[in-house]
Amino acid sequence: MRRALWILAVLLSHWRRHKMQFATLLVGLIAATALWSGVQAINQQARTAYDRVAATFGGSRTAMLVAPHAATFPQNLFIKLRRAGWPVSPALEGRVQINGRSVRLLGIEPVTLPVDVGNAPRLGAADLSSFIAPPGQTLVARETLSDLQETEGAAPPISSGAKLPPLHVLPQLVPNVLVVDIGVAQRLLNKPDQVSRLLIGRPKSKPAPLASIVGDQLQLIEPTAETELERLTDSFHLNLTAFGLLSFFVGLFIVNSAVGLAFEQRLPMLRTLRACGASARLVNTVLVVELVALALVAGLIGLVCGYFIAAVLLPDVAASLRGLYGAQIPGQLSLRPEWWLAGIGISVAGALVAATTSLIKAVRMPVLATAQPRAWQQRQRRWLALQSCAACVVFAVALLLLRYGESLIAGFGVLAALMLGAALILPAFLELLLLAGQRSARRPLALWFWADSRQQLSGLSLALMALLLALAVNVGVSTMVETFSRTFIGWLNGRLAADVYISASDNAQGVAIRNWLKQRSDVQAILPGGRAEVQVQGQPVELLGLPDHALYRERWPLLEAAPRAWSRLVPGNAAFISEQLSRRLNVRIGDVVEVPAPSGSWEFDIVGIYADYGNPKGQLTVNVAALIRQFPQTPQTRIGLIVANENIPGLIAALQKQFALDDRSVADQATVKAESIRIFNRTFAVTSALNAFTLGVAGIALFTSLLTLANSRLPQLAPLWAIGITRPRLAAIELTKTLSVALFTVLLAVPLGLLVAWCLIAIVNVKAFGWRLPFHVFPAQLIGLVTVALLASLLAALLPVVRLARMQPASLVKVFANER
Amino acid sequence: MLSIRNLSKTFSSAGEPVHVLRGVDLDLRAGERVALTGESGSGKSTLLHLIAGLDAADGGTIRLEDTEVTKLSDAGRAALRRDRIGLVFQQFNLIPSLSVADNLVFQARIADRHDATWTKELVERLGLGSLLKRYPEQLSGGQQQRVAIGRALATKPSLLLADEPTGNLDEDTAEDVLALTRDLVARTGCGFLMVTHSLHLAGALDRHLTLHAGRIA
Repeated sequence: MRRALWILAVLLSHWRRHKMQFATLLVGLIAATALWSGVQAINQQARTAYDRVAATFGGSRTAMLVAPHAATFPQNLFIKLRRAGWPVSPALEGRVQINGRSVRLLGIEPVTLPVDVGNAPRLGAADLSSFIAPPGQTLVARETLSDLQETEGAAPPISSGAKLPPLHVLPQLVPNVLVVDIGVAQRLLNKPDQVSRLLIGRPKSKPAPLASIVGDQLQLIEPTAETELERLTDSFHLNLTAFGLLSFFVGLFIVNSAVGLAFEQRLPMLRTLRACGASARLVNTVLVVELVALALVAGLIGLVCGYFIAAVLLPDVAASLRGLYGAQIPGQLSLRPEWWLAGIGISVAGALVAATTSLIKAVRMPVLATAQPRAWQQRQRRWLALQSCAACVVFAVALLLLRYGESLIAGFGVLAALMLGAALILPAFLELLLLAGQRSARRPLALWFWADSRQQLSGLSLALMALLLALAVNVGVSTMVETFSRTFIGWLNGRLAADVYISASDNAQGVAIRNWLKQRSDVQAILPGGRAEVQVQGQPVELLGLPDHALYRERWPLLEAAPRAWSRLVPGNAAFISEQLSRRLNVRIGDVVEVPAPSGSWEFDIVGIYADYGNPKGQLTVNVAALIRQFPQTPQTRIGLIVANENIPGLIAALQKQFALDDRSVADQATVKAESIRIFNRTFAVTSALNAFTLGVAGIALFTSLLTLANSRLPQLAPLWAIGITRPRLAAIELTKTLSVALFTVLLAVPLGLLVAWCLIAIVNVKAFGWRLPFHVFPAQLIGLVTVALLASLLAALLPVVRLARMQPASLVKVFANER
Repeated sequence: MLSIRNLSKTFSSAGEPVHVLRGVDLDLRAGERVALTGESGSGKSTLLHLIAGLDAADGGTIRLEDTEVTKLSDAGRAALRRDRIGLVFQQFNLIPSLSVADNLVFQARIADRHDATWTKELVERLGLGSLLKRYPEQLSGGQQQRVAIGRALATKPSLLLADEPTGNLDEDTAEDVLALTRDLVARTGCGFLMVTHSLHLAGALDRHLTLHAGRIA
């Protein structure tokens, strides 16, 4: 043991003499662990939130019985099933409006509620009597209480005028849901003796078959491992994970470069250790122990950094998830022990992977170095050829995935294969370029310039690969975001057709507002709207009701339409479908879609497909009058107005004064548009932050590679200095060399980045979100990114070059001394 | 103490076998100091490497005291070097990241044979007292070689092997270093086998052997 500790001390003494190299190794490990763990912390936080949703008194993780063709069914089916031994519990669900806000109302029957319905928030025995006995309780999450601007104990009225039981905070409840006794829910939702679903607990004995008790009135829905929210948000988290993984690999490039160089520098030390009698096994074991110890320290620091990264990014991620999917994620980070363990694990595993080549070399290292002629050039050529072959194989895989892949994972697979292939082929590509330069060179210094660049390439190739990948991802993602941004704003301009939007607190106020508006001369048109929620083929679908008005025909953008599409909406037997829902249901123009309505099934022909960016739910647009005929409970609270620009401020002020409407209830088009664009920009703030992190880590990778290479460059540079080339000139040549290879890499990254953008737009977006965007190239943005990358390269190259320019002649003379 | 019989070693160069050692026989007694000379490529260093267990022989035997070196595994050979052999190289092979003091006790600590009194005596005899806190790159060639000799003798080995220990030193320094080594070898009573090109230095030891065409002439 003491022997091992002594060898460890000797190995560690190397770092004391090479502090910058040590810092490089730690920075690589910390960056890799921090970015990966930060992203994982965010994903874990979101998944915990989804679990809360899924476990809310029987979410999608609970088996349940529902009516196959209607939103509710009679309560007596529950009684029949209980009598037949089925451990079922009824639940009724609907929406109510409180202070102008729409909230989900869930009625439960706590006595029969199965104890095993996921991790449902528990009601203790003491709470149970308060919950059931009049006046009862409305359970609410603290966030919802704050959103409703209410206090605990208050009994706010809903839009019908009826009052909720007093509000009572249940901390573990998900936001935006109110839980009451089912009897209260039936009264508030005006659905006496009706239930939405029956939650099924674990039966004590095998009950009678379902069909023998209720016939085909109910169908069994098995619990799903993945919730609807998880399915919808998969792509978002996959995107984050992909970024985290990319940053992790870029960090490992740094580690690989630092460990590789440290190994080369410590070769004589290792040989001396072996010559002095330390066995190969002991030396190699201690090498691994040293690496693991460093990875543990760096991993811990990385985890703390990752925590802070996650804490900084979480509010934007939460906003994105709320804006895109309606998912409620707490803005405060809480982490499980598994996260810490996984972070340490990934740091150690990453360090070992990055050091594999060096460790294998150490294991195979003969004690006598002289017996091994290096034949470096030949080995390098063989390696380049192998790497190029591997790149071709990876490109072939990308083509196969592109041709035959159907899933989102396949889409990301194409992207990953494309980038891996490009990174693998980069050294060979640069080698060819530099070889061409060498062949065309005539003057001796130029010849040396190209030849030396080629020799330097092997040491720099990993850092250049990191730069290529980081920049390509930046180009790709920036192009995609910019394309999306422009398309979105164009679409928003058409979609926000009305000049003023009003949201009344209830139907009565809606009627009053409409009557008041009819008397005003400054209102050119009143456009009532409505929304209802249904399930189509097991997916949540929103029915949007629009009035028949010329304004929509002129401005509402349709991607595809049947002849006379707008006119065909009016009778109520036709609908438009959102692009993402048409892909999910595989529905085209002319197909028929059937939705469950209170009075039975409602069928209509699809006569148009429209873009509906940012909406997580599928949407069907129908005539608003037809919607209200089919769904009489539809709140008639949404009103759009056409008003001349100059009359808008006066009209809004008058509306606010007359009906005590706040800014959330009445807004002009410009305000709504600005809010939408603000949400859009916030959605991509995370992407931009991760983009910047990745490019920053790639810059560090290049910097550390150059710095470590600079230390081993003296033997190549000293002879040139000896024959009369000044140190500043040598430094300038070194800088030119670094910038040349960086420039070649950056120029290659641009077309690769555009290919990445195309993959994101044409493959990943379509599979993830269901919408396809037009592909645009933004030259100014590309020039900006190329400039940033070159500046990063310049900064990375500057310090070693300045050190060379200022180097004391004594350091160069040492090269000629016969010392090692 | 050291007994070598019929030792052979062949290398491959450009696909052709090169017979470096062709049946070497050699005996060395405890406390005896032997110089080994020969032209370049005669196999001097190879012979030293085989004795130290840095490389494996193709045929023949090497016996150091009661141990058959040629039958040892890689780990066994490492243990032999660690505990019973001191090695001095032309290139010094000091550990650049360790101070002189740490380099001196380096092998003794690995071998678990560190003796503070003996180390102190070595420091005095080798004149390293004022250099202990320095690093190898801050020393002259002669100083570095003195540290290397100190490191090799710090374990009180049975056998000291030196491969051209004065090859990188000027004539005066070389003589000083050799004189010191002879004194210390006499003090420890170990065997000493030195490979050298210098007939002058070879003449300063007890016995002078020449390696020619793979055999002791």
